[in-house]
Amino acid sequence: MGTSLSLDRISKSFAGNKVINNVSLQIKSGEFVSLLGPSGCGKSTLLRIIAGLQNADQGDVALNETSILGLRPNERNISMVFQNYALYPHMSVHDNIATPLMMSSFSFWARQPLIRNFWPGNRSTNFLIEEKVLSVAKSLQIETLLDRKPGQLSGGQRQRVALARAMVRSPAVFLMDEPLSNLDAKLRIQVRDELSQLHKSIGATFLYVTHDQTEALTLSDRVAVMDAGQVLQFDTPQNLYQKPANLTVAKFIGSPQINCWEMKADSLGRLNQGEWLVQGNLQLSVNSKVTLGLRPEQIQVSHNSSEFSQAVDLRIRARVTRLENHGPEWIFWAEPTTGKPVPLTVRASTKSMPKISLGDTLWLGWLLQDCLVFDHQGQLLNINLIPGSPA
Amino acid sequence: MKSNRNDAEFRLAWVGMGLATPASFLLTVLYVLPLLCLLLLSLTDYELGATTLSWLGTENFQRAWSDPVFIRSLKNTLVYMAIVIPGGVLLSLLVALLVHQRARSRSFYEVIYFLPVTSTMIAMATVWQFLLHPKLGFINAALKAAGLGQTAFITDPTWVIPSLALIGLWQMIGFNMIIYLAGLSQIPQEIYEAAEVDGVHAGWERFIRITWPMLTPTTLFVVVTTCISAFKVFDTVLALTQGKSQSEVVLYAIYLEGFQYFKMGYAAALTLIFLALIFAASSIQLFKMDKKAHYA
Repeated sequence: MGTSLSLDRISKSFAGNKVINNVSLQIKSGEFVSLLGPSGCGKSTLLRIIAGLQNADQGDVALNETSILGLRPNERNISMVFQNYALYPHMSVHDNIATPLMMSSFSFWARQPLIRNFWPGNRSTNFLIEEKVLSVAKSLQIETLLDRKPGQLSGGQRQRVALARAMVRSPAVFLMDEPLSNLDAKLRIQVRDELSQLHKSIGATFLYVTHDQTEALTLSDRVAVMDAGQVLQFDTPQNLYQKPANLTVAKFIGSPQINCWEMKADSLGRLNQGEWLVQGNLQLSVNSKVTLGLRPEQIQVSHNSSEFSQAVDLRIRARVTRLENHGPEWIFWAEPTTGKPVPLTVRASTKSMPKISLGDTLWLGWLLQDCLVFDHQGQLLNINLIPGSPA
Repeated sequence: MKSNRNDAEFRLAWVGMGLATPASFLLTVLYVLPLLCLLLLSLTDYELGATTLSWLGTENFQRAWSDPVFIRSLKNTLVYMAIVIPGGVLLSLLVALLVHQRARSRSFYEVIYFLPVTSTMIAMATVWQFLLHPKLGFINAALKAAGLGQTAFITDPTWVIPSLALIGLWQMIGFNMIIYLAGLSQIPQEIYEAAEVDGVHAGWERFIRITWPMLTPTTLFVVVTTCISAFKVFDTVLALTQGKSQSEVVLYAIYLEGFQYFKMGYAAALTLIFLALIFAASSIQLFKMDKKAHYA
């Protein structure tokens, strides 16, 4: 029996500046959901509203269909892991982890300094707390650090302590605010993996804020892409990549960025790029502005126009203007030698194309079905491209 | 080879000493020699302007412990400190906590509380003398109106030291408050938010579990500086009582012996005792601060 989390039309302004605009999300029980977006898009504010650290101007937050807006942060059955860990520097690791339990297990007077040593019944409660702290510490392999202060720990260890403090109450929902951003690259991948395992083993609902698309796409069941206080698309990582709802999502997901051609349909609804001519399977509005998108890895590369390893619908010649070797793959930028000079980013495996050098003129080809078509407002059109028929 | 290395080390040692010479010279002339002079003086019966002096050994120090004025001044200073140190630390913390939460009026309060620090105590003493005056003073008028009778704050031996201590507090709180405000703004907001999520939200618990322990380094600094300045109380005594009504404090006793009675030898001995006490008090606190310095 897990806990679902639903956000209903949440809005929030700071000094007249709308940071969250009518956001609704339905997060299923046990789901791992990421809020992905550039800094300042309102994702952290949304998390803080769910945690109860900030009030929403409008809207509702509910766990299992029950509103939690009137509850204090600690009464919400939610834990939060902060970006800078926010450990209590003056307390030992043990006391850091024990704090949430101590606050929830003892009455106000029973937990006050001095008095707590004499309060009846505290000993058995203390024993339970000790047990819980130790078991959580063991599960995160920090049981040897319990006597240390946070200042004596490495970044990765602090991260674990912060996680332990969040886990010790066994909350229904975990909120994480860029928890990996302070770790170095290698540790980040390791902890990312551990987070994923943790999610599977405890089965709680996770809501994870990040600006790193790799983290979001690898960890999550679903990702909510946010920009300017709005959710642009809430979908599985695969759908975000293959069927981005609009141009902003298409540009945000995928690295290097998607290639775009801004074009205008002619009087017959065709798109003319000089060297190639295409049209929609459904007719595009006459004279409408559209943007074609094509992922860099969907472009085939060949030294010879007839040597593409897979079928292509269109082929052009282009000169390599910038080249990066990433080991298993090339990423290069190429300018078409004829037609309109729209530079393309291409990703090609070094295995199939062992030799590319700067200034080379190569053949690039792709399938029309891989092209995404966006209308003048940037919304994805449900249209497939086909070769244009000459008038 | 070996002698070459020794040569290099030798040269390095000379260069090091050469570079340290100017600082060592200044330290010696400005601090060590005066202290040695003081020590030598304290062992004699030298009087200012006298042409002869004789060696007394430790007689000056023995005399100090049986000198009723010095003992009283020591007692007065301790009473003064006993009021000013806890009061100066806790009240300034309280004020800092209240001022810290102000958004727009914060700078206003900062200026108000800091004014006494910048004002000259000798000039402000006149105001206090007037306020505390048994007949003309505002405070006595208020007490009288409340039916509490009159108190001669400055001339009654039981009240004079507490009154001086209150004036000392008045002057000191602004300075300590600024230091506490700096300490408070060092505590990251995120920690309070984590505390909120963990269930630490009542004001008292936020204070006792987060704010107070995280202010430990600030508090130790404030205690040491307050302690030293309380120990050095002098100007209010000179301006308000001139030591009358048994209100001598240590520095005033030294001033009397040295500059009123010209007994330089005895004054030097008292000064050494004074320095030893300050040194002892500060080193205890510094030692404690060192032990608590394991901070993130």
